[in-house]
Amino acid sequence: MDIRNVVENVAVELLRQAVTKLPQDVKEALQRAYREEESETGKTQLKAILDNVELAEKTCKPMCQDTGVTIFYVKAGAQAKDLDKIEDALRNATKRATKEVPLRPNAVDPFTRKNTGDNTGRFVPFINWEIVPGNDVEITAFPKGGGSENVCVTGMLVPGEGIMGLKRFVIDAVMKAGAKPCPPNILGVAIGGGTDIAMKLAKAALLRPINQPNPNPEIAKLERELYEAANMTGIGPMGLGGRVTVLGVNVEYAHRHPASFPAAVAFQCWAARRATARIHSDGTVEYLTYKVR
Amino acid sequence: MAVYKLKTPISEEDVRKLKVNDVLYVTGTMVTARDSAHNRALGFFKEGKKLPIDLQGLAIFHCGPIVKREDEKWIIIAAGPTTSTRMDIFEDEFIKNFEARVIIGKGGMGKRTTDAMKKYGAVYGAFTGGAAILASNAIKEVKRVEWFDLGMPEALWILEVEDFGPLVVAIDTHGNNLFEEVQKKTEEARPRIYEKLGISTK
Repeated sequence: MDIRNVVENVAVELLRQAVTKLPQDVKEALQRAYREEESETGKTQLKAILDNVELAEKTCKPMCQDTGVTIFYVKAGAQAKDLDKIEDALRNATKRATKEVPLRPNAVDPFTRKNTGDNTGRFVPFINWEIVPGNDVEITAFPKGGGSENVCVTGMLVPGEGIMGLKRFVIDAVMKAGAKPCPPNILGVAIGGGTDIAMKLAKAALLRPINQPNPNPEIAKLERELYEAANMTGIGPMGLGGRVTVLGVNVEYAHRHPASFPAAVAFQCWAARRATARIHSDGTVEYLTYKVR
Repeated sequence: MAVYKLKTPISEEDVRKLKVNDVLYVTGTMVTARDSAHNRALGFFKEGKKLPIDLQGLAIFHCGPIVKREDEKWIIIAAGPTTSTRMDIFEDEFIKNFEARVIIGKGGMGKRTTDAMKKYGAVYGAFTGGAAILASNAIKEVKRVEWFDLGMPEALWILEVEDFGPLVVAIDTHGNNLFEEVQKKTEEARPRIYEKLGISTK
């Protein structure tokens, strides 16, 4: 088996799935939001979102024109073969998906402003590697749009204030972001580590389905509290006013330096796109987020 | 909340009837323009050069679409709105110079634009962010593309649309700005939220 071909084909399929469908947990949360929204204008927005998601799935077209910057999460089995070929395969897959799905070319040189036209470039697509036991390779495609990315924040909080400081940091970020990140949003929140680690964890928190609270009951309680507080802001769908500002809040943490309290909030727009597949050592593929006909 | 359907060219009188929270559908010619296109258009005006299309009475859409070329024809695949605040630094001059009547985007715009809309007669219509297929279904035809050298998302796509919407009128010609109203209410809710979370304000 040529792992390059398998990974490339799987990654193209994952990118297609990710930009044209929404995971069940997100869809259910949007349907619930539509039922619970009280503002008339807010309801028009949620109706448009739900209609749009249905149309995108039916016609197999990207639900949003901003198909994001391409990010992959790879869990590589320590015994899997040819791991050094995966990066190339994912780059090729990104180029192919850009043409075949299609995706909007979103990789721009910061100095020359030139768009590469195929969604690849320096560190793009970005690959988050994790070495795990076994010989399977699990790949997640996570296209992240620009609107919600533009309001992500990190901060160095005051350790003495503890979790109270974190709560203020999160709620202030939601209020400041307002309409910009295409609410209703999902928030990935993380504390500890360092600035880079907190943001890495906050983003990875967005991969956890929103109907799965953190297994630690204390953290699950914090998630619930932040969720309820964010939905008291009145920002509402698309920032036009209403009840539903966030669909879910996922919190993660790392231990911290005694003198530091790094915190990060990663915003995800309602188009919370992700798709995962597992490639076994014999080349067979298991799609985990969506069934493949 | 009234529902309006307007056809381009849209007159100043037509847009002055609209109020925030009204729902609007636009039929006719709509032109996409993002940061670079706004910047270049204002540069053209300064130099006395003509734009490739007369924008008077038309709808401007803050959008960087995905477009596919099929047999000599451009097909819009997905075309939702982009964040409008980035165009805030250009829009007042843009409305004044080119007399576009409906500016469509997401996320709202600031005081500069709100003042210009009141003065020169234009409204801001909020289209649901990310609803790219709804948008592309209302686009009947790509008439042509100009300034393609700016790249696919930044080019001027000149589109024929039918009942493009629903657009929520979020800035009207009377100085009302729905996004600012929501922000004000949000700010008023802050003490209540802090109290619920046990956040001290000292």
